[in-house]
Amino acid sequence: MSYDGPVVLPDDESLGPEVQVDYPGYRSTQWRAPERPLVTMPEELHALEGPVFGEGGLGANDADLTRQHEGEPLGERIVVHGRVLDEDGRPIRGALVEVWQANAAGRYRHEVDRHPAPLDPNFSGAGRCLTGDDGRYRFVTVKPGSYPWQNHPNAWRPAHVHFSLFGRLFTQRLVTQMYFPGDPLFPYDPIFNSVRDPRSRELLVARFDLEHTQPEWALAYEWDVVLGRGRDTTPLEEQ
Amino acid sequence: MRTPSQTVGPFFAIGLCRGSESELEPDGVELRGLLLDGRGDGIEDGLVELWDPAGRRWGRCGTGTDGGFAFSVPRDARHLEVTVFARGLLRHQLTRVYLTADGVPGGHETLVAEREGDGLRFDIRMQGENATVFFAH
Repeated sequence: MSYDGPVVLPDDESLGPEVQVDYPGYRSTQWRAPERPLVTMPEELHALEGPVFGEGGLGANDADLTRQHEGEPLGERIVVHGRVLDEDGRPIRGALVEVWQANAAGRYRHEVDRHPAPLDPNFSGAGRCLTGDDGRYRFVTVKPGSYPWQNHPNAWRPAHVHFSLFGRLFTQRLVTQMYFPGDPLFPYDPIFNSVRDPRSRELLVARFDLEHTQPEWALAYEWDVVLGRGRDTTPLEEQ
Repeated sequence: MRTPSQTVGPFFAIGLCRGSESELEPDGVELRGLLLDGRGDGIEDGLVELWDPAGRRWGRCGTGTDGGFAFSVPRDARHLEVTVFARGLLRHQLTRVYLTADGVPGGHETLVAEREGDGLRFDIRMQGENATVFFAH
């Protein structure tokens, strides 16, 4: 079978943090990405505050994915931590951060995932927490494995943790993926490369953090998330 | 510089649909619809979020195998903000649903929910001739 490789478009620094929603290398965009020009967002949405979440919705082990079952999950134990910030660098407190990921073998605990890698009875692969006053979040988990997908011949996703975040404003909603430094699959992944500005793409990659690596216990990765405000807004006054 | 978006992928339910969160208001009016792709097929791995800006009530619902979603929404809401996530959407899309046709602004005429039985119906079409209006953000 001939193999032409996945479609990865050249870098384009002018795009900044924008993803190319009709990225041709990511097949699923073909029938799903909007084709028509988007219309102007109603003005009031720029200032609309998002939903507020409280501690009430959180369980005791929601932020430690290695302690949600009787035993410990297999794999490389890691700490993933960082700050949730607005575009001016101010920490966002009380932001709901939700994560989900494959297990160390590259398998999700989801009925649609048919990758013939083992499930881990001690790993569900989901967590959540609220950021503190300093905008910080912290999860303990295991490093997810890479896994194949059907997008193109011999397609594999770089290891990643999915993140969902609610900032203070409705426009600060973000769902994204955190990657690990030095992953050899980066040049071949159309999802990662749908961010065509290399500097913005780099913002998806966590930093190995020796300072917070816990001796004899777990490697640490640090990843800050910067939520935006939308392009045409003036900054809100401090409250 | 802000962090770019990435797709929610096909497996988000393990993280984002752990409990039922589709009631913005108990005993509200039922708002149901289909999330449809450019071929008219239901998107079976989509996530729809609703936000009532007036009442500060929020909910979300993962779509079923037919692309269907259903919420219980406040009877007194004028409109709800709608956020759509799915595999194949590299960034979420924003739209709006009006629960009544009164006072709908120009350009938003297609965003009015239809009456269906005791409830309301609002389909979201990602592409095609009758594609839903999405907002730049």
